[in-house]
Amino acid sequence: MYVSPEQVMKDKADYARKGIARGRAAVGCTYADGVLLCAENPSNTLRKVSEIYDRIGFVGVGRYNEFDQLRIAGVRHADFKGYSFSREDVNARSLANQYAQALGHNFTHEMKPLEVEMLVAEMSEEDGGDQLFHLLYDGTVMDTTSFVVIGGEADAIRERMEGTWSREADLGSALGSSVNALAGPDRQLAGDDLEVAVLARQNGRRAFRRIEGDDLDGLLA
Amino acid sequence: MTLPIFVPGDDPGPDFVGLLDRLGVGPFESTVPFDAAQITHGTTVLAIRYSDGVLMAGDRRATSGNLIRHRSIQKVFPADSYSGVAIAGAAGPAMEMVRLFQLQLEHYEKVEGSALTLDGKANQLSQMLRNHLPAAMQGLAVVPLFAGFDPRTGEGRLFQFDVTGGRYEERDYAAIGSGGLHAATVVKLRHHDGIGADDAIDVAIEALFQAADEDIGTGGPDTVRGIYPVVALITADGFEELADDDVAARTGTLLDRLRGAS
Repeated sequence: MYVSPEQVMKDKADYARKGIARGRAAVGCTYADGVLLCAENPSNTLRKVSEIYDRIGFVGVGRYNEFDQLRIAGVRHADFKGYSFSREDVNARSLANQYAQALGHNFTHEMKPLEVEMLVAEMSEEDGGDQLFHLLYDGTVMDTTSFVVIGGEADAIRERMEGTWSREADLGSALGSSVNALAGPDRQLAGDDLEVAVLARQNGRRAFRRIEGDDLDGLLA
Repeated sequence: MTLPIFVPGDDPGPDFVGLLDRLGVGPFESTVPFDAAQITHGTTVLAIRYSDGVLMAGDRRATSGNLIRHRSIQKVFPADSYSGVAIAGAAGPAMEMVRLFQLQLEHYEKVEGSALTLDGKANQLSQMLRNHLPAAMQGLAVVPLFAGFDPRTGEGRLFQFDVTGGRYEERDYAAIGSGGLHAATVVKLRHHDGIGADDAIDVAIEALFQAADEDIGTGGPDTVRGIYPVVALITADGFEELADDDVAARTGTLLDRLRGAS
């Protein structure tokens, strides 16, 4: 039976999009001190937000085993590159390109596309230099310096985020707009429903810090 | 440099050294014998347990045979946020071992999502030493000290090693390297249970001074160039290296006291 290549690609894309849309969303945005990564995630052990390298963070949504494998590959890529060259030679752009290659290859050559959407964030030592890379299931990569929404209901969340996000916001208000955007008008999200981390300029070499427990509740109050 | 993705059966997990093997970066292997005296050596380092944690200190001299090769080499390094590693032995392989050890701990923490226990870290270093044994037998011996704050016991802990990877936990203090014997004697005479940070720092500085006084491989304080020992404290707050000014001032006090005594 003949199926046109257009139809094959469309079916794959639909399949991947459906898988991703089922999961809960995540937001990454720049703020005054660096980058805030915030995911709706009721689990306290299966992480969506993680550290890749000194100034690089990662958020994945969709199928856990698939984005976790890519996360680990990213840690390996970064650690090996830093070991071979220097820590300063490791950057998010190169990692995002590698991810795009892997996702694109998988999308074209494998039966089943990866049901993942990812964000790779890099904090810059200078204000305003932070970068966010948004990766789609088919290897599409987009870069921005404001905010990225990934996962289910992304369009609605993006719209809400647009109204409240500001680069000069402090941590509390950046978190406020991210959480409100994720929750929408009809829901409230508490600390237990969220996974939050920052890449902040004042944190020293390893800029990644999780914000959990009382610290998180304090910021949300 | 492509994205390292492995099939489940061949996946190195959180092991960075295992990853290097799969990526074709093997350990250093020497096939021809060489004159061990020509290799740059590192010398006196020590660790002291005190009330809030553990202190590590080391001199700054590296020698090749009877020549001074470096005056300001660093022999005490943070291994991760709550532990440190100090080295004696052949400087090149020792530095490489420290770098790999640091990476191994960080790599594990990132891949697994939680840090190794202090015993796990010590055991990891032990395995690296065992893998290094063939090179050690050819004269490139590396002997580290490992110390850290153990959040499970709320105390500082320290470990000595031998070239075969033997791991020996010490209760109060340890000093290794060519001047280690002299340094250990000074610490032994002045260490007591519950010694505070201030006293521990002064004891460490004096121990290194006395080691340098007796051993040509150990560098004393260099007031002309402003080079002083590296002293680091590891507590519940993490690894913190003392500022040079602080060590310089304490060294000055020690020298005044010794002048008065002679």
